[in-house]
This record gives sequence, structure tokens and C-alpha cells, in this order.
Amino acid sequence: MSRLAQLFEGTRAEKRAALVGYLPAGYPTVGESKDLLAATIDAGADLVEVGVPYSDPVMDGPTIQAAADTALRNGFRLRHVFEVVESVASRGGRAVVMTYWNPVFHYGVDRFARDLAAAGGLGLITPDLTPDEAGDWLAASDQHGLDRIFLVAPSSSEERIALTAKATTGFVYATAVMGVTGARESVGASAADLVGRTRKHTDLPIGVGLGVRSGDQAAEVAAFADAVIVGSALVTKAADGTAALGALAAELAEGVRRPAVPA
Amino acid sequence: MPEAEPVTEKDPKQQRTSHDPDERGHFGPYGGRFLPEALMGALDELSAEYDKARLDPEFTGEFARLLSGYAGRPSLLTEAPRFAEHAGGARIFLKREDLNHTGSHKINNVLGQALLTKRMGKKRVIAETGAGQHGVATATACALLDLECVVYMGEVDTERQALNVARMRLLGAEVIPVKTGSRTLKDAINEALRDWVTNVDTTHYLLGTAAGAHPFPVMVRNFHKVIGEEARKQILELTGRLPDAVAACVGGGSNAIGIFHGFIDDPGVRLVGLEPGGKGIETGEHGATLTEGTPGTLHGALSYLLQDEDGQTIEAYSISAGLDYPGVGPEHSWLKDTGRAEYRAVTDAEAMEAFQLLSRTEGIIPAIESAHALAGALKLGHELGEDGHILVSLSGRGDKDVDTAARYFKLVEDV
Repeated sequence: MSRLAQLFEGTRAEKRAALVGYLPAGYPTVGESKDLLAATIDAGADLVEVGVPYSDPVMDGPTIQAAADTALRNGFRLRHVFEVVESVASRGGRAVVMTYWNPVFHYGVDRFARDLAAAGGLGLITPDLTPDEAGDWLAASDQHGLDRIFLVAPSSSEERIALTAKATTGFVYATAVMGVTGARESVGASAADLVGRTRKHTDLPIGVGLGVRSGDQAAEVAAFADAVIVGSALVTKAADGTAALGALAAELAEGVRRPAVPA
Repeated sequence: MPEAEPVTEKDPKQQRTSHDPDERGHFGPYGGRFLPEALMGALDELSAEYDKARLDPEFTGEFARLLSGYAGRPSLLTEAPRFAEHAGGARIFLKREDLNHTGSHKINNVLGQALLTKRMGKKRVIAETGAGQHGVATATACALLDLECVVYMGEVDTERQALNVARMRLLGAEVIPVKTGSRTLKDAINEALRDWVTNVDTTHYLLGTAAGAHPFPVMVRNFHKVIGEEARKQILELTGRLPDAVAACVGGGSNAIGIFHGFIDDPGVRLVGLEPGGKGIETGEHGATLTEGTPGTLHGALSYLLQDEDGQTIEAYSISAGLDYPGVGPEHSWLKDTGRAEYRAVTDAEAMEAFQLLSRTEGIIPAIESAHALAGALKLGHELGEDGHILVSLSGRGDKDVDTAARYFKLVEDV
């Protein structure tokens, strides 16, 4: 059983959703990003997504774009992502990497998988790689025991959800709304609908991301999803330091633990 | 007048030629779709609609009517004898895309895609633009076909090309300056993709070059194939034989792929793409993707790419805003690898020399983009010698570049 599967077995036993927190490696610096990830885990995140800052982040809104720019300006290099993942793993935390495809492709897919596994990373989330183009990554993830987390979207057809779920291991990442990353007032009904549609095709846990920013929203999403994924809201708080970030992560961790209120 | 594509088979797959990509848009290893899942539905819809439209006489007929009755096709073929005196005695022929409505080849593709937008029942069009040529062409087609038009343009480019911003606004388009990243063309594409992923139900992304995710490279190429088809016929009529070489500039590569396809099955015709060498390859300030890049994914396709050792995109540079792009269409990558086409870099200085030379010898002010092809033709002429025939894609006119040229040649004071 993969370590992500173990994680979700645990949270299902506790009858709650997992909290997944995203922060870019190297933001604002490599050293500080390790501290920020540690604070997120200490405050109750079950899993962290370590983002790879990239020059052309087409899935990201202004918050994460600006953080990626800062990280790159401050000297982030791709090799640092392994160092950051290792810092999470060595504290007993769980980390997956979220990255646009070209840095992995350019590094060498098998080599990236090998180095990520060696650093203690559990898998990869690939926002601009769908299973259609993922032949090398399917092979490399099998070879190195990594989970491959693909995304489904409100616009995905039943056929595409089935295809995506079949190629996915660990958990399916459901993007709550049509659009780029960024905190939103409401996550919307489309997320619940998408999770419902996806469940018809898979028994894998389903995480919902894009737009969650508060404990209340986390609780709302936790009522129908297996994981609540928070990115931009944490990145915004990260600018204020580990204490502010930890406070938001704790609020979100409390949110996913609230007993579900029947609608 | 161009003819509609013949309809001989009902199944679109039967219509594929040996030069079409596979079903998922691969030219050899290049192309494909590297974009978020949220856009896959729209790309599938576009592929299906395009596969139907390209075989539908109603669509192909309407497209042909717009090309002839609105864009001004067929464009002329003009021999350039005084210019050719500087090319070692070879004969040079210009395919005059500069004479099309809106001043470049871009109109072919935008009319095709705007018609397709209508066919899909979408009412809103978004586009990216660098120099502004594709933005102006898109705004034009949207005015003609009553579509809402939003153009993303890097803030740096809106300043460099203020007149084109005004043109687009005159045509009723909304121009949004992009302030992220390097604030140039690649960031305008990023921002257009972000808009598309948010508004995909109502919106078509009218991509301006033969790059991006499938089906854009093959679709944009096919809308521009008319350039090569006309030119082949015209040059045979004029000279009684095929040219020895076809020269075209390559940024994303749409005019080049369009003219190349008229000759791709003529193995004796060399296909030569001229890339922006900027201040010289050795300076690192250039946009010579095929000459200097390595394969990678950007904006939806696997293709040659200017990137650093971590796979981060490197800024391209060229005096020509229309060639200033770190990627290139995937079919060019395949033509390079197979050896069917060759790609060379032309520096700013060489391009500007050819720009001035054509203006003074032939009375034609070319776009600086097209001047790269002209500079390439001058060199090819010396290589081919006196019996050489060279066809040049004069992809656009230079009105938009007068300001740049005035500064470069110090033609007026205080600029």
C-alpha cells in the first residue's frame, strides 16, 4: 500500500477529510520555505504539496505567480525541490511535489522520479500533464513507487474522468471551479457535483482544491471530499511568517475535523 | 480564386495526408497536448468541429469567399530583380502576403478560426498578440463576424506598438495589457490561457500561430496552406519550373509552415526557415529556437524551446516583436529533425540591411519579420549561384515598423 493510501485509510477511520497544504519550494527563500512547510505540518496538515516555481504557470492566479517569481529571483534551482522534500520527510511529514511538466521533462522523467523517491517524496501532481501524454511518467512512477495524482475538472466528460481516475494513484485532484488558483468567496456547487461524478468511476480518495481559504470553507468541502487542498490562502499568509501561516493552517485543520452537518 | 478543399470521403481520418499529425496531434515526437485537464473538453470540441468543417463545402466555401472577397487573395507574386542583384545573380520572387487586408498573412488564419467560432456557437474570442499584427487581424475578423474580442498584449509591447493598440480599439476590441512575467508575448499567451480556462464555455481562444496544443498547429497550418498553394501555381506559370528554395521567417512559424506546405512533396525544393538571431547567437540575445533550443513543453505542445538547465523558459529577443518568442510550432521541430526543412539564424543587423535594401531597390517596405527571410534569401542566392530561383514569403508589410526603422537608421531627429 502506498503511503498516501495509508494516510487516507487513517483519515477515513477518523471520519474526517485530510488537509493538504500547498507552498512553493524556495519561497521566499529555500531555507524559509522549509520552515514554512514545517509550520504547516506542525499546525495539522496531513500532507504538503511542494510546488516547483516555474516561469510560465498557466494554471496559477496572481498569488502563486508572484510567489514563483520571488522564489526564482531569490535563486531557486530545481535541485532545491529535493532538498525541501527531504526536509519534510526527515521531520516525519508527508510531501508530494506539484509541478508543471517541462522542468520534469527537461530533468529527465525517470531521473526526476528516482531523485524524488530518494528524497522521501510520495508522488507528483501534474497540472499540465494529463494521462494522454504521460507514458514515461506512468512507467517511472511504477518503477520508483511514487503516486501520480492527475486532475479532473468541472468540464471533464465522463469518459475523461474515467480515463483520468484509471491512471491515477494516491488520490484524484478535483479542481473545484473552472479557473486558475486563488482564494475565492465560495467554492461553489460545481465541486460537490464533480466529486459525485468522479466517485462513480473510482474508489480512490478525492481531494478538492482551488479557492478554499477559511476553516468554514474547509468544513464545507470536507463534508463531501476526502481531502481539502489549500494553496493561495496559505501562500498569502506565508508572507507574514511562520506564526501567521501556522494559525491559518490550524484553523483549516480544525475545519476538516468538524463533524459534517447535514445540508 | 482559391478553391475549396475537395470533398471525397466522409470520414475525416480518410482525409489525412502523410503530413498530418496522428490523432492526438503528434508530428513525430512533437506536438500533443500539454495543458490543464480543464481545457481538454474544449480542445476535443474544437478538433471535432474542425474535422467536420474542413470537409464541409459550406464552411470551405465561405472561407474561400472571405479570402478572395475580403482579404484580397490570391496575393501577388512579384519578381524582385533589383534586389536580386545583391544575391549573386539568383532570381528572387516575393509572395506578397503584405498586400492582404490588415497587412500580413495573419488574416488567413483569423478568418478561418472566426468562422469556426461562429460554427461552435461561441460569441467571445480571446487572442494574444506580440507586435499587434495578430491582434489587429483578430479584431478585424471579430468586427466583420460580430464577435466580442479581447486581446492580451504584454505591457512592454503595448508601449512599443501603441498604434496597433489604437487600431484594435478602433475595431471594437478590448486590449488588456499583461503585467506579469516578462510582460511580452509569452506572458500574453499565459494570460489568454488563464482567461480561456475560466471562460471556456463561451469563449474561443484564437491562437495566432501554428503552435500550441492540438489541433491548433495543424488547423492554423491548413488555414495558411493557401499561401504555398498559390505560390506554387504562380511561380510555375511565371518561370516554368519550381524554385530551388523557399525562404520564410520563423517565430511561431505560421507563414513558414503555410508556404512550405505548397512544396513539401517537391523534394528538389529546399525549405529554409529564418529565425531571429537578434544581437548574434553568441550573445545569448536572440530568438533562434530551432537553431539553439532543445525539446520541451510550453503553451501546450512539445517542441524546440529556449530554456535554461532547469527547464525554465528563457526570454527571447529580436528587433522584430513578431519573432520574439521562445517556442516554435511543433511541425517545424519535426521538419528540422527529419531534415526536410533547414533553419538558420539571421541577426538584427542582417535583417535591417535587407529591410532597407528591399525598400530602396523595389519600393516595398517589408515587415522586419519578413526582412529576416529576405536576408536569408540574399545568402541563399550566393550559395545557389546564377541559375538559382528563390521564393520568399513576404509575410507582412513594414508600416508598423517605421518607428523602429527610423530609430535604427536615425532617419529623423529626436526619436
